[in-house]
Amino acid sequence: MKKSMERPFILKHFLLVSLLLFTFLTFAQDTAEGESSGYGSYVPEVVLNSDPAKGKELFNSLCAACHKRYKNATGPSLHRVTERREMDWLYEWIKNSQELIKSGDNQAVELYNEWNKVAMNAFPQLSNQDINDILAYVEEPKPEPKVAVAAPAGAETQGGAGISTEIVLGLLAVVLLVLSVILYLVNKTLNRFAEANGIPIRADKPKGKPIWVAFAENQFLIFVAVIFLLLAVAWGGYGFLMQVGVDQGYAPIQPIHYSHRIHAGENQIECKYCHSSARVSKHSGIPSLNVCMNCHKQIAEVAEETQAEGKKEYGVDYNAEIQKLYEATGWDTSTQSYTGETKPVKWIRIHNLPDFAYFNHSQHVSVAGIECQTCHGPVETYEIQKQYAPLTMGWCINCHRESKIQVGDNAYYEKIHEELSEKYGVEEFTVADMGGLECGKCHY
Amino acid sequence: MSSEKKYWKSAEQLKENSPLVEALEQSEFAEHIPADEFLGDKEKLEGSQTSRRDFLKYVGFSTAAASLAACEGPVIKSIPYVVQPERIVPGVADYYATTIANGFDFASVLVKTREGRPIKIENNKEATGLSAGKARVYGSVLDLYDIKRLQNPQIENRDVTWTEFFTSLEADLKAKADKKTYLLTHTFASPSTEKLIKEFQENYPNVVHVVYDTVSDEAAVDAFAAKYGYRALPNYDFSQSEMIVSVGADFLADWQGGAFDSGYSKSRVPKNGKMSRHVQFEANMTLTGANADKRVSVKPSLQKQIVVEFYNQILGKVATTNLSTALQTQVDKAVSSLKSKASGGAIFVTGLDSVEAQAMALEINEKLSSKVMDTGNPRLIRQGQNSKIQTLISDMNAGNVGALMIAGANPAYALPNADEFTAALANVDTTVSFSMKKDETAKLCKYIAATPHYLESWGDVRFAKKDFSLMQPTIKPLFNTRQFEDCLLKLNGNSTKYYEYVKANFKSTYEGLSWNKSLHDGSYVYDMDLPQASDVPDIDIAAGAKKLVSQSDSEGLELTLYTKISMGDGSYANNPWLQEMPDPITRTSWDNYVTVSQTDAQALGLENSNVANGALNGDYVMVSVGDKKLEKLPVIIQPGQAPGSIGIALGYGKTDAIQEEMQVGVNAFPLYQNFDAHQTVRLEKVSGVHEFACVQLQHTMMGRRDIVKETTLEIFNTKDKHYWNATPEVSLNHQEVEVTSPDVDLWDEFDRSIGHHFNLSIDLNACTGCGACVIACHSENNVPVVGKSEIRKSRDMHWLRIDRYYSSEDTIQEDYELKNDISGLDSAIGTYGDLESASEGDVQVIFQPVMCQHCNHAPCETVCPVAASAHGRQGQNHMTYNRCVGTRYCANNCPYKVRRFNWFLYNQNDEFDYHMNNDLGRMVLNPDVTVRSRGVMEKCSMCIQMTQKTILDAKREGRVIEDGEFKTACSSACDNGAIQFGDINDKESVVYKKTQDDRMYHLLEYLGTKPNVMYHTKVRNTTEA
Repeated sequence: MKKSMERPFILKHFLLVSLLLFTFLTFAQDTAEGESSGYGSYVPEVVLNSDPAKGKELFNSLCAACHKRYKNATGPSLHRVTERREMDWLYEWIKNSQELIKSGDNQAVELYNEWNKVAMNAFPQLSNQDINDILAYVEEPKPEPKVAVAAPAGAETQGGAGISTEIVLGLLAVVLLVLSVILYLVNKTLNRFAEANGIPIRADKPKGKPIWVAFAENQFLIFVAVIFLLLAVAWGGYGFLMQVGVDQGYAPIQPIHYSHRIHAGENQIECKYCHSSARVSKHSGIPSLNVCMNCHKQIAEVAEETQAEGKKEYGVDYNAEIQKLYEATGWDTSTQSYTGETKPVKWIRIHNLPDFAYFNHSQHVSVAGIECQTCHGPVETYEIQKQYAPLTMGWCINCHRESKIQVGDNAYYEKIHEELSEKYGVEEFTVADMGGLECGKCHY
Repeated sequence: MSSEKKYWKSAEQLKENSPLVEALEQSEFAEHIPADEFLGDKEKLEGSQTSRRDFLKYVGFSTAAASLAACEGPVIKSIPYVVQPERIVPGVADYYATTIANGFDFASVLVKTREGRPIKIENNKEATGLSAGKARVYGSVLDLYDIKRLQNPQIENRDVTWTEFFTSLEADLKAKADKKTYLLTHTFASPSTEKLIKEFQENYPNVVHVVYDTVSDEAAVDAFAAKYGYRALPNYDFSQSEMIVSVGADFLADWQGGAFDSGYSKSRVPKNGKMSRHVQFEANMTLTGANADKRVSVKPSLQKQIVVEFYNQILGKVATTNLSTALQTQVDKAVSSLKSKASGGAIFVTGLDSVEAQAMALEINEKLSSKVMDTGNPRLIRQGQNSKIQTLISDMNAGNVGALMIAGANPAYALPNADEFTAALANVDTTVSFSMKKDETAKLCKYIAATPHYLESWGDVRFAKKDFSLMQPTIKPLFNTRQFEDCLLKLNGNSTKYYEYVKANFKSTYEGLSWNKSLHDGSYVYDMDLPQASDVPDIDIAAGAKKLVSQSDSEGLELTLYTKISMGDGSYANNPWLQEMPDPITRTSWDNYVTVSQTDAQALGLENSNVANGALNGDYVMVSVGDKKLEKLPVIIQPGQAPGSIGIALGYGKTDAIQEEMQVGVNAFPLYQNFDAHQTVRLEKVSGVHEFACVQLQHTMMGRRDIVKETTLEIFNTKDKHYWNATPEVSLNHQEVEVTSPDVDLWDEFDRSIGHHFNLSIDLNACTGCGACVIACHSENNVPVVGKSEIRKSRDMHWLRIDRYYSSEDTIQEDYELKNDISGLDSAIGTYGDLESASEGDVQVIFQPVMCQHCNHAPCETVCPVAASAHGRQGQNHMTYNRCVGTRYCANNCPYKVRRFNWFLYNQNDEFDYHMNNDLGRMVLNPDVTVRSRGVMEKCSMCIQMTQKTILDAKREGRVIEDGEFKTACSSACDNGAIQFGDINDKESVVYKKTQDDRMYHLLEYLGTKPNVMYHTKVRNTTEA
């Protein structure tokens, strides 16, 4: 019975190990903890009786177009501005900077010249208290450590969870193995007992024909099986051939990680703002980089939460991706100007129609008024763009069969619509009724 | 009946029971498939290394490999602009008005650009001056993407920078200040360029400017200068003409700069029972002669007499002529016709390179008070003073020339004494060529300034006294080039760019005109005085006339040199579209040749023969003028060629800066002695047989009749339509019923009354056969070029061909009677046989553009096993390339022979090294039209991409489509108004009215195919006096 003595011992070890692991993981999760915020060492006087929250609102609505708190943009970075300038000077400057320059104020003129003589808008509507609020917000210290620490911690937690799942699965497998070994041993022991006690073990049934031989001898079954086999091969073959060249779900890795989720989803940018040629051209157009720069001149970094989310969920550093855009356009963030050195981005084309099929975006977008999402899927949720529709001819044709023509106020359709309704006595027509299934409409 | 004349395309067809013609009529693909030779030889088959099993293995393996390879899609990159130009929307075409002015062709054009690439030249219909589109002008866009272009300036065959180029050149020019510097250019006709050259001459007082035209019109310019005081050419508005007499002037082609055809066509369409009458006296069968109502073939020496005789009869006798009675009668009739047009609709023109003859023509027109000739707005596009070339050569030989600068001209190729010029060039230290290519002249020069194409250049052009046109770039220069004017500015020490120079010149010269508007329109009108000609020649008409008459009895054959409508003066020699464009008359591409008359051919023992597949072969001859010889030129026996005369086209035989495939023909410029197109020559047969790429027997209509319909003005005016343009009848229940009747139709007619229904109308009266539509179609539809040997095998890919039919003259009336007498087939054959002799004498010509007829009951559609050919409800016959498996049943079943099969892959294939085989040349492709692959059938689509675009634009803008918005490439290219396109469901449209015209008929109407292309019966004005 030596062996049976050992079994509880192994089990005990397993239990111990799992217990240890579990406690460790729980402990690890506890370490993620935030840090308190504050103004740190330098506390400007303006902060004392003002409301940074209100200041943030004002800053975002009035100042953020040109200024950033911790970085130069069109205008200088504003953090610690109260250190550099007198409060009274600041009030005057913000309310009407041009007047101050005209008055010949040294500081003002110098600043104006330094920043390429770009005049700052006047904000006479702001009270001194408003300005205080804004400055209070501006003077909030840069919360860098918080984000930097929090993000990896989150990632680790995530990672920990992954390991524990694996371990649990591993444990289960080991337990299963152990159980089967036990079963085998028990069975063996029982057999031995039976043998020793002279209990006859039931012998196997006399061997008949093996089932496959019986099967092979039955011609009807063979016939049916062959038919099924052929059908299966045909079905499989047809399925295989039909998917050749269909790239539904194709989501290649692009040279710049561009997130439609953030742009079209979170920021609600209209598709045709960037893909403007979809309105008038056969191509929807990959936006030229100057379109990106319309916004990204200002947006050099994403919000901290977005950055964190990107790293966590998609393993992507959005800020680095924006830097790639700057590199491509030759935008120098320090001087806020173009260097003139450009590196066009080689995107990988996702939606590829064969050359012999003519497709025109403007027909569908402008004339028919079809939503982009109809063919491209819920793009606003896509982190990485992919091909949503199969883009097969059957897919095109089906839509042409079902879609009704928007005759609406379009003078072009007036006469045709009238004549067609007179002829067929119906009001609505599908694309197919107008000849939308004719070969030559798409193949020329 | 109109069309029971015997028409033939080739003399071969006139031979009774020619097995070849029969074979061609029976089989769509003339080439015999050599199955027997291949499989019939048992020994060879058994001796073969590849067994049937091997073959099956290979097939199996390659199929498997191909399908595996097909499973993985390619990764396609897409690169957007970094900064997108505001005007450019990818996928939408932009149009710019600009001007071609290369010294030979001058025209205002409209350039279609896609994504910044010019892809097509179109007519600038709003242009005030020369707007006429020609095949060469449409083809010129391909020259922009010529791989043989110079990409950098060169000094002594070494690529240099422009800084180095100018430093070195300026030093050289200054060092040669004690000697003469010659500036040899083609005609610029540009006010700014001329001003610049004057400034250059002020800076370098030793500069002598010589203007030189490759093909000279100096005689006409001199005659005009003598009479009117300006170095110019009269303008002719043929739309006003009632009676046209031309003695050797090919004014529908390149005579005096050409582009008279749109006016001509307007006067040729019968309106209120009237149309102009055109009598042509000429030696070669030209485009103009082919369009004449009466063509008299006379050799050049007799033409000189005829001009004198016209002068004698209209203005008073100056010299005694010696014409045969027959000719005298023709001249008398023409004179009385001319004199009878009292309202000024009479016009007399001549193409003789003789100052006196040209002066006589001017006098005659003045006497006739012709309103066709416009001397108030004369043309300035030919300024050459070719006689000064000789001074230049002797100066060079004498060592008086320190520097020679050549811009736009290629004298080492195009001078009659090019060898003399080349030898003299060795005496000049500093030679500069401003050239797009390293051509015959440029390669001899020390400096080569690489110049841009006209689509990359700025400029202004003065076509005529009042007609100006602006040139603007439509693409950034592809290479490191600098236009001639910019180089001159640099040499003048002027730092402005030529663009600024032109603009400043414009603003200071033309008061009250807007630069932006003029640039947008491409042309403007401004009345400004011309400089008086300085050295006006004295012309003594009486003495000249005696000289002309005395030259008449010359020994030997008389040569008339001409330029082909496709190749011009040879500057387009590396343009595969134009090389492959068949000559309108001989239907031969990729060659020049000697055209001889049947009589002379027999006398010299020259023969043309057709080989089994219909391709044409011809004997070789040696041609010599004085001591100049062309060793080996092929011969084409040309119906209508005046006995005793021959013709040779200039512009061929170039070898430098030209791809090997395009090095065809023989350079005939050595025969162009004294810049006179008429020479006395000797012909001698030499050994060898030349293989032509001639399409005249190809795509025959299977021997069916009723192809071209023709009648005379008299019959047209007096008889019922049924007499001269009867609708064919077929038998239904033993009753003759018109074939258009629905009762005899096998098919149920679809209702096409809703939406658009496109029709194309071709007026055989307005069509001059110029072939501009052919090249426009190439350009729009990415039609491949197949090369000489493939053309020879009937494998041309032209979607639109212009058939040329010959018929015997003066037989229309007789034919009506003869036809009525014909009973049964035997009689018919006999009667037609009588007309055979016509090929030796005078012939008449009819041109007929044929493209897919887009039959509503199309024979091609029913035989396609895969339904790749189907009919749309808008009337177009759709060809779906991706469905086509290449059975070619459709081509077999097409009665019009308009379907073309892709025997090979014509793009990115080294076997077809034309523009589609290099990245540069492919930039001309139209992105809206599929580039077809091997093994599929293709044909005219009625430019469905253009009609679809028009419809889409209207839908997007929510408006009704106006008549005239629908266009095809051919209809918009034809400024003769011969091709009209539109929607017949719009009852107000021009094309609908065309369907109701009495002259309207369908091609092979009795077949009941119900085509959507219609033709209008040709009416000839045979009314004499």
